[in-house]
Amino acid sequence: MTPLIEVQGLSKRFVKRLDLAGKIAQRLGADIHEEVVHAVDSVDLTVRPGEVVGLVGESGCGKSTLGRMIAGILPPTGGTVLLDGQDVSEMNGPERGDAALAVQMIFQDPFASLNPRMRVEQIVGEAPLVHGLIDRAGLPDYVDDILTKVGLDPSLKRRYPHQFSGGQRQRIGIARALAVRPRFLVCDEAIAALDVSIQAQVLNLFMDLREEFSLTYLFISHDLSVVEHIADRIVIMYLGRVVESAPTEALFASPQHPYTQALLSEVPRLDQRKRNFTPIAGEIPSPLAPPPGCHFHPRCPMAMEHCRTAIPSLAARQKDWEISCHLHGG
Amino acid sequence: MTVLSVEGLKTHFFTRAGVVRAVDGVDFALERGEIMGLVGESGSGKSVTGFSVLGLVDPPGRIADGKIVFHGEDLAQASEARMQALRGARIAMIFQDPMMTLNPVLRIDTQMIEAIRAHEAVSRTEAWTRARDGLAQVGIPSPEQRLRAYPHQLSGGMRQRVAIAIAFLNNPDLLIADEPTTALDVTIQAQIVHVAQTLCRERGTALIWITHDLAVVAGLADRIAVMYAGRIVEAGETDEIIDRPRHPYTVGLLGSVPSANKRGQRLAQIPGMTPNMLSLPKGCAFRERCPRAVDACGDEPPLHSGGHAHTVRCFQPHGAKVDA
Repeated sequence: MTPLIEVQGLSKRFVKRLDLAGKIAQRLGADIHEEVVHAVDSVDLTVRPGEVVGLVGESGCGKSTLGRMIAGILPPTGGTVLLDGQDVSEMNGPERGDAALAVQMIFQDPFASLNPRMRVEQIVGEAPLVHGLIDRAGLPDYVDDILTKVGLDPSLKRRYPHQFSGGQRQRIGIARALAVRPRFLVCDEAIAALDVSIQAQVLNLFMDLREEFSLTYLFISHDLSVVEHIADRIVIMYLGRVVESAPTEALFASPQHPYTQALLSEVPRLDQRKRNFTPIAGEIPSPLAPPPGCHFHPRCPMAMEHCRTAIPSLAARQKDWEISCHLHGG
Repeated sequence: MTVLSVEGLKTHFFTRAGVVRAVDGVDFALERGEIMGLVGESGSGKSVTGFSVLGLVDPPGRIADGKIVFHGEDLAQASEARMQALRGARIAMIFQDPMMTLNPVLRIDTQMIEAIRAHEAVSRTEAWTRARDGLAQVGIPSPEQRLRAYPHQLSGGMRQRVAIAIAFLNNPDLLIADEPTTALDVTIQAQIVHVAQTLCRERGTALIWITHDLAVVAGLADRIAVMYAGRIVEAGETDEIIDRPRHPYTVGLLGSVPSANKRGQRLAQIPGMTPNMLSLPKGCAFRERCPRAVDACGDEPPLHSGGHAHTVRCFQPHGAKVDA
């Protein structure tokens, strides 16, 4: 089966260029250099049709940047994104337009991601109209239909975003994404800003929509318990690289990479009472100066000499289970 | 020994649009060294409860009624000068955003030494030594150098450690932590919880951990109080609340938390949204979202107390019969 989305060697570097003063200072011998952040460092990822992939990592690990590149919002510095086996960057004309519509994104902040000066019906109806998915006469019914599907009362469609609560706004954002009939949704911390009871509502909505529209998701989150709930497969990122990728149940049962193990042991759970919190030491290092070799070695309890110099490769150790660690033969 | 006992606390905000009853009749007590989780969603009044104890409620809000008894002294009646003497010394607070605690234009050492010398007549050198030891205790590497840093030079987790170090400088009897880990990653969250937990255990400091995250307090707190629309709707020992919740809101909240045994299934969601505090319904504020609501819920729900100091404010609580 052709993967719906396949990412090969995808990288993103953010470069802080020197301004004129900086360049002159550099000529004069000052110790000033361009600063380069490897936000995403040669990542491979496949998503099969109908699958929900959870992308997990701490802040600054590059998970949102990866999501944005897959959604086509951010141009990659290197590597390719394939949709149905075809390179998106080599597409032209209508083909490219279709590819852009097929992948939609849902954002974290429902307050910042909706235009405050547009009514809900415009927010949801604009894109399908522009792309000719629906004509003007059919638009009102179409918008009503989509709003109903995401659990909003269509009679509210003349309102502005500020008249809605956070959970409702997130539903508007979802309706906007669904309006162009996408096949793949990139959800970037889509429920992180919501209250617990509202999170459950939106999570349920995602699961219902998945069945109804046979959607495929890339679910980006820092919250492991949310990802564990919704994802079929989990990909763990650390400082721009994928460290482990495995089916959800297997990963939670026996995580292999030391970072995954540390991360999973620190998820607070309802069934753990009066526990002694024993954290892993240290913090995620600055992506401006990542440690050489395996990025995790300064915090890793099992680091060997080898880990300080050689970058482990991400390779399949078992079926569907990829690990990037020297302990596992990387 | 009871450190803090809050009785019938009401903190109201008198706004142009009407009176917001942010905290409307809250009772709880805290023993020495006890950790209480105060759980609720946004707008439930959990933070305002914390601010009320510290006397930090700004106009148009004020404490309209009730007592806040701290070591036998009613803080609701205390003067501002008295509150200043207590704040930072006997009662300390850490906030969600450590930048709120730290002054961005002052070095860490200046702020820590100031916090000590505001409450005690000690020399600068001695205060500096205590500040350094304080940073070391919260696990900050090379504290001498960190003392010379400005807050913006530290990461979020590091700043929160500094905030905790400052809170513990004067050995408080009570620490109020208002969502201190919400903005942090799980690994950093675990570090912060670990530091707060260890220091409270060592020194017998009572801790109120305000959060929306039931999973964190499940592992940390001795007791949990669940707030909804300005009231504590259920309170009891952690095991009681998590394993045998009685209030329909607590049941809904627990059902909303994704966990391993519910993977792939629909979560038991609470319908509707968090209420508008300006127009709360009469009687039980939860009744419009409640699956067990009956006509009687239009009246003020009674406070049931079951065993194990487990109290619930509901006409139709889950579980076996209790004596009202």
